[in-house]
Amino acid sequence: MIKTEGLTKKFGPITAVEDLTLEIPAGEVFGFLGPNGAGKTTTVRLLTSLIGPTSGTARVNGYAIGTDDTNIRRSVGVLTETPGMYDNLSAERNLQIYASLYEVKDPQGQVEKYLRMLGLWERRSDPAGTFSKGMKQKLAIARALLHEPHTVFLDEPTSALDPESAHLVRDFILEIKKEGRTIFLCTHNLDEADRLCDRIGVFKTHLLVVDTPTRLRAQVFGRKVVFHLQKADEALAAQVRALKYVKEARPIDNKILVTLDDPETHNPEIIRLLVGSGADVQFVGELRHSLEDVYLQLVKNT
Amino acid sequence: MDKIKTIILKEWAEVFKNRFVLFTVAFLPLIMTAIPIAILVTLRGEAGLESVSSEMPAQFTAFCPADLSGGECFQVYLVSQFMIMFMIVPLAIPATISSYSIVGEKTTHSLEPLLATPITTAELLVGKSLAAAIPAVLATWLGFAVFAAGAWILIPNKALFAAILDLRWLLAIFLVGPLMAIMAVNLSVMVSSRVNDPRVAEQISMVVILPVLVAFFGQLAGLFLINRQLILATGGVLIVLDMIMVYLAVRLFQRETILTRWK
Repeated sequence: MIKTEGLTKKFGPITAVEDLTLEIPAGEVFGFLGPNGAGKTTTVRLLTSLIGPTSGTARVNGYAIGTDDTNIRRSVGVLTETPGMYDNLSAERNLQIYASLYEVKDPQGQVEKYLRMLGLWERRSDPAGTFSKGMKQKLAIARALLHEPHTVFLDEPTSALDPESAHLVRDFILEIKKEGRTIFLCTHNLDEADRLCDRIGVFKTHLLVVDTPTRLRAQVFGRKVVFHLQKADEALAAQVRALKYVKEARPIDNKILVTLDDPETHNPEIIRLLVGSGADVQFVGELRHSLEDVYLQLVKNT
Repeated sequence: MDKIKTIILKEWAEVFKNRFVLFTVAFLPLIMTAIPIAILVTLRGEAGLESVSSEMPAQFTAFCPADLSGGECFQVYLVSQFMIMFMIVPLAIPATISSYSIVGEKTTHSLEPLLATPITTAELLVGKSLAAAIPAVLATWLGFAVFAAGAWILIPNKALFAAILDLRWLLAIFLVGPLMAIMAVNLSVMVSSRVNDPRVAEQISMVVILPVLVAFFGQLAGLFLINRQLILATGGVLIVLDMIMVYLAVRLFQRETILTRWK
């Protein structure tokens, strides 16, 4: 669990993080989106007690940053943006070192568990420097999880990975999500955020918005439903538009595009209206804007 | 304590795979031990030494034990010169190791994951410092032991042996040497905060050997004599300098400073 209030970090005259107030409940996958230089990595460093805030407070897993720093570091796992390994040492030795530093009770057992889970067991004796980028990233993820942290910070976990490796890493994130860990995911991959995250925060020095991907779409673009008809015209659209909860309705080819807040509640009534007016309803679906559209819209407006 | 041990073993496993570091650690004590032994071998039974002994600085002649001949005093003098050079070992080895271990972590991006663990800054700094200082001190002591064994075999006159390996050198090796190693490590930590290339860090850190060169040429030119008092005074100055440098290095070696300013 993560809770921040007015968290601010300044480097001289530059404000990297401003007045961040956020609450992430245990077990949630939280996507932290923002352009380069937005302060995402600084936020991760603040929340993992690597650096101290200029003002504001934060608690991670119940521990306060600035006073319980060692406990915070003990209870979180971090995949840094550029996760360097000890290239001359074997994969197994790399993890053994971290198991010792994280005071893991059964170091060898944990090392074996994660090397096997991430498909690296057969290569455990090879120097990490001989690994591909994808394998190194998996090794770094194993390193972040060795001590079974309650909260995991993943900074760009699939950046520069080939599609197959990225897929494997995403599947692994879903696996650890099932274990009930809180995951703080910094990513530029909006499709990834859409698929993995329960909620998303868009950040550019300060938090622009936080919500579920679905509600963010509604918030930025409104919810749009497409009614596919045998034949659509302006008269039918006007009837739909007359309904008080409909914000907009317009015919496009043989479809009527309707903007409204709560399609789950109001779609049946619209369908009844259309059918009652003689229209043949073939298909009804929600028009989904990509999260990228939402993100670009939000960042553009700041 | 376990974490310090982990850091030390990690440093050694990583750094000693670097051929350049390994070469410095192995070659430097070897050459510095071989030179004074070679001098002893060359001068053994040399008849012409009596005539050149007048070339020694007057201070040194006065310092030479009365029961030694002029030629034997000259042997003590020559070996003493190279024993000063031997003090480069506890300076150069830690400068090399810590330059690679700290700047190396920066260049390979392994420092941030390390700092994200529950290890304290003090544990990390102590671990890295000991990893650099221990091999230097051990190499110095081992080299000196090899020299002492060689001298014992090569010098039949035990009064000459005692003059060559007198208390001055025992103090230098066992007191000043470790203090020099600590200074070199801390200087490297400070230098590492400003550079991104281990070779540059090492080259700058090597400035610590300058006082040894000054001592070498100073005694050679007869400007001063390295006696017991000077070595004890050097030890005292080094204790103070080390305390100042440890304080500065600890101040500099903070997580936030390392992550946000060590570019």
